[in-house]
Amino acid sequence: MDIDLITNILFAMVRTGTPLLLVAMGELICEKSGVLNLGQEGMMLMGAMAGFAVAFVSGDLWFGVLAGILTGMLMSLLFGFLALNLNANQVASGLALTIFGAGLSAYLGGDFVGKPLTGMEAWVIPGLSSIPLIGKALFAQDPLVYLSFVMFGVVFFFVYHSRPGLILKAVGEAPESAVAVGLSVIRVRYLAVLFGGAMAGLGGAYLSLAYTPLWSDNMTAGRGWIALALVVFASWRVGRLLLGAYLFGAASIMHLVMQGLGVSVSSNLLATLPYLATIVVLVLLSSNQARIKLFAPMSLGKPFHKTQ
Amino acid sequence: MLVNVERRAQGSRTMAYMSPVLAMVLTLFTGALLFWIQEQNPLQGLYTFFILPVADLYGLSELGVKAAPILLCAAGLAVCFRANVWNIGAEGQLLMGALFGSWVALQFLESTSGWAMPLVLLSGALGGMCWAAIPAILKNHFNTNEILTTIMLNYVALNLLLFGVHGPLKDPDGFNFPESALFSEATTLPVLIEGYRLHLGALLALLAVVAVWVVLSRTFIGFQIRVLGMDSSAAHYAGFREKKLVLLVLLFCGAMAGLAGVSEVTGPIGQLVPTVSPGYGYSAIIVAFLGRLHPVGIVLASLLMALVYMGSEMGQIQMGLPLALGGLFQGVLLFYLLACDFLIMYRIRWQGFASNVATNEA
Amino acid sequence: MTHNSSNPHPRVSLRNISKRFPGVLANDQVNLDISPGEIHALLGENGAGKSTLMKMIYGVMMPDEGRIAWDGLPVEIKEPAAARKLGIGMVFQHFSLFETLTVAENIALCLDAHEARDMTALSARIRDVSLKYSMALEPDRLVHTLSIGERQRVEIVRCLIQDIRLLILDEPTSVLTPQEVEGLFATLRQLAAEGCSILFISHKLNEVKALCHNATILRGGRVTGQCVPGNETAQGIARMMVGDDTPVTATHERTRGGEEYLKICNLSLTSRDPFGTSLKDINLGVRAGEIVGIAGVAGNGQEELLAALSGETLETHREAIRLPHGYIAHMYPGERRNEGLAFVPEERLGRGAVPDMSLEENGLLTAAGAGLVKNGWVNWRKTREFAEQIVSQFNVKCAGIHAPAKSLSGGNLQKFIMGREILQTPTLLIASHPTWGVDIGAAVAIHKELIKLRNSGAAILLVSEDLDELFEITDRICALCHGRLSPVADTASVSLQQVGSWMAGHFDVDEDVQGG
Repeated sequence: MDIDLITNILFAMVRTGTPLLLVAMGELICEKSGVLNLGQEGMMLMGAMAGFAVAFVSGDLWFGVLAGILTGMLMSLLFGFLALNLNANQVASGLALTIFGAGLSAYLGGDFVGKPLTGMEAWVIPGLSSIPLIGKALFAQDPLVYLSFVMFGVVFFFVYHSRPGLILKAVGEAPESAVAVGLSVIRVRYLAVLFGGAMAGLGGAYLSLAYTPLWSDNMTAGRGWIALALVVFASWRVGRLLLGAYLFGAASIMHLVMQGLGVSVSSNLLATLPYLATIVVLVLLSSNQARIKLFAPMSLGKPFHKTQ
Repeated sequence: MLVNVERRAQGSRTMAYMSPVLAMVLTLFTGALLFWIQEQNPLQGLYTFFILPVADLYGLSELGVKAAPILLCAAGLAVCFRANVWNIGAEGQLLMGALFGSWVALQFLESTSGWAMPLVLLSGALGGMCWAAIPAILKNHFNTNEILTTIMLNYVALNLLLFGVHGPLKDPDGFNFPESALFSEATTLPVLIEGYRLHLGALLALLAVVAVWVVLSRTFIGFQIRVLGMDSSAAHYAGFREKKLVLLVLLFCGAMAGLAGVSEVTGPIGQLVPTVSPGYGYSAIIVAFLGRLHPVGIVLASLLMALVYMGSEMGQIQMGLPLALGGLFQGVLLFYLLACDFLIMYRIRWQGFASNVATNEA
Repeated sequence: MTHNSSNPHPRVSLRNISKRFPGVLANDQVNLDISPGEIHALLGENGAGKSTLMKMIYGVMMPDEGRIAWDGLPVEIKEPAAARKLGIGMVFQHFSLFETLTVAENIALCLDAHEARDMTALSARIRDVSLKYSMALEPDRLVHTLSIGERQRVEIVRCLIQDIRLLILDEPTSVLTPQEVEGLFATLRQLAAEGCSILFISHKLNEVKALCHNATILRGGRVTGQCVPGNETAQGIARMMVGDDTPVTATHERTRGGEEYLKICNLSLTSRDPFGTSLKDINLGVRAGEIVGIAGVAGNGQEELLAALSGETLETHREAIRLPHGYIAHMYPGERRNEGLAFVPEERLGRGAVPDMSLEENGLLTAAGAGLVKNGWVNWRKTREFAEQIVSQFNVKCAGIHAPAKSLSGGNLQKFIMGREILQTPTLLIASHPTWGVDIGAAVAIHKELIKLRNSGAAILLVSEDLDELFEITDRICALCHGRLSPVADTASVSLQQVGSWMAGHFDVDEDVQGG
């Protein structure tokens, strides 16, 4: 492998990891508040569809990005209503959101399948982008990748160094105690769910506007689920999300690596790699139960009744 | 206040059965609204969707054809969900059943042996079981979340199926189409009524449902499964072996889903194709919830779900509606169901302006 | 009494407070006055409405009817933040702490944002307050690494760090050793002397007599009596709480038991739970026909010990647990039941019984070995008969055997579970805190059944946090602290103080009281 190829692989790794990172950051915040939203895939699909449709019609990619975010938030409100207001089972509500999102996005996006769109162009930062190996990966990306870097910093600061972050953790750990000290559990959880929706919508829009500028049914191909696994991989710690997202990005572009090595393997078999990698990672990270118990938000997935 | 929400002291049994009905009614209204938005006659839309497909005997038999795989998967899922094992992998287990079964069936292309068919069915069931054993073992020994592993395995199974039809199982005389050869007579599932496509799989599905009902209500192992699902600490306290039960329910579901898959390829399809399942394994999740994990309920719910599949095809042919409408209906139905389930634990009181009087009397 | 009389009004005054939940009137026209500097006891059985009343004072819920006055002025306390603004603080029975956060973070969450901005200043304030009231605290420690007693200090300091004028404590002594109780009372008296009012909720009548100036008694949501606890006997107050002529106490003879039945030998166990306690080298024998009690503050290894004995944990070495006919440490719970063991867990709903299953099905939960299951098929007729037998023989008040377990009161469900285990004629019964949260009448009935089972020759191991209970019915007693077991003594000859120092981990003193 020559140095150009490695540079390109690193570049592709960051690009492929970006939607995962975006969605996983949203879900991490959501889970920190004690809410398990398995609807990431559905929200991503809706974000991707809405983003593409609005960008196509308006001709402005940024309108598309905004539409993706707002659509993700709207979808998350549906989940919030079921899981937080109606106390429905969070797992079932999340699944419903995914099934609904897949159906609705295919229905509404039917007219946009196969339509052409010029995707988001890279902002190449002069000088920095010519650093060997990592320059292209970090400084010759499209603006949404840079946005993911910024969001990473914001989320990191929020969780570890802000009072709202402390309140978020408190609500996720012991909602009854949170009520007793006068925190509004439902409000905090709604905000967390909305943030999760916004990030999932953004992640979806990234796919349909920058990564592969087109819309097709089920184009997220399980990325929402991988993002959920990523949160387990990170043991609910923000820093590890970055590492995990790019590792999974690497697993998804193995065909590039194989090409570089001159090996020919069935593309269908290579396509299983990110999913198999997810399973392997889950096995490695979950086997230590004590660790999960130490890091997972304690009330995760449990409905919360305000009365009595 | 005009509306007052109250938590019931105990869940309402009536509402538990009424909630799916209510959800269906709401879905129909939503459907009518969608047709209206698309500038179609809502009544004609509903008619095309839900009545026209089953207006004749052939339509009814086709309903059975579509319902069979869904019901098989849902029977397996119902047992898993009863044990609080969130198996989302019926789709992958179904595909692996189809893949395994097809591989064995392709070994019998020239055969007329009576053993071929049972062997193919068995290998299909085995394929599903193997696929379901993976999340069970991972959950039992490594504490992995079965929701994520089963979903991942669905994607892996789909890619393995694609690998099969593009590679080793491709028909050498098939003009490079990604399909296997047509199976021989000996490995084609017998039809129940001459002239219709309704096949043995439908009967197997009904048998599976009866078996599930007997096991859950009459046997100690069924009791253990229910206790584990309702209260795992009580199951530990009573000394029920959680790992054994988890493995058992997943293996059973895998077998059922695998059977569904192999029945599809050896029944209505007749060969292995990339589109074995239009998402039967996912629909079965909705069926299991909608049917309240109850045998009679899931039979009715699977018929409804089959009707939605047929209706969306009919809507596309007759009215030019998008096929995706079916998937949308499924999602909407599940949403309404979860929302209506709120009424099981809560009571809504409509109050007039004299609300104070009402509270004082209560 | 130090009644600060600059303001002629009571600190807090409740008038005709009512609160209704679906199907139950939790508070019915309750009146209550507490003066500045007064320590006031709120007494009543479980379900009498004490918790509801406190939660309304602290703003966790709002009354349906009635008025609250604060220093003579009417107030509406809509949320805990409003209560704290008035100077009301509350120490919850099940602490309202966040285990993975530090002490300082826990306290910061209760303060306004501007007060909590400077964490170093806050830590200094925490140290000051904890020093002043002799409740040592380390602000940077994570709460899950603290003992139960220390966690209570966090809750109290959290209240004291603000300008506190009314402190509410819900069953604060149930988690403390007798010595710690003395320390707490000293702090409370100091606070009262400074003019702070204290509302003290308890069911331990001797403590109420020792501490409180006045007492209000609740029964079925209504105020049924008021008294000066110092002038009454514990029996007399208990009578006011119960209301009818249900026996409120019973005396039991002590025995020495027969042959040693259960033998625990060098039992050590590393807890897999990061918040758990590991067991260290436990040795204990229980004879047939005696009750051995294990005292201790929750979280000192009780759960781990019980799991090892019941078979829910199988991680001990094979020789650790022995019955006369062999070792059992490798056996699953079901196999141990076949050997004649029975267990009554502490969590009766959600472990001892499945909340949403009927009593009939809950009878089957542990009794499959009693002929209710044949070749894997459930005999539902026998199962029904078994449940009916439990209900009638143990006087379980319920709407029939088809009623779900969660519809029963704590006491009745406990009688059902106890009955289910006893009817299987165990040779060894292991019970954990069998009367917590149970009304006095049911507690007396449960104690009677335990004594009856003992007299029929069964060995009984009783783990409890309630020292009164242990001193009432056990024959020998010991204590668990930090996963280690104290010496064992005859209950009749050991002092409360002795057991108290064992609970605090001082095992060396007075070796000679060890019973034989």
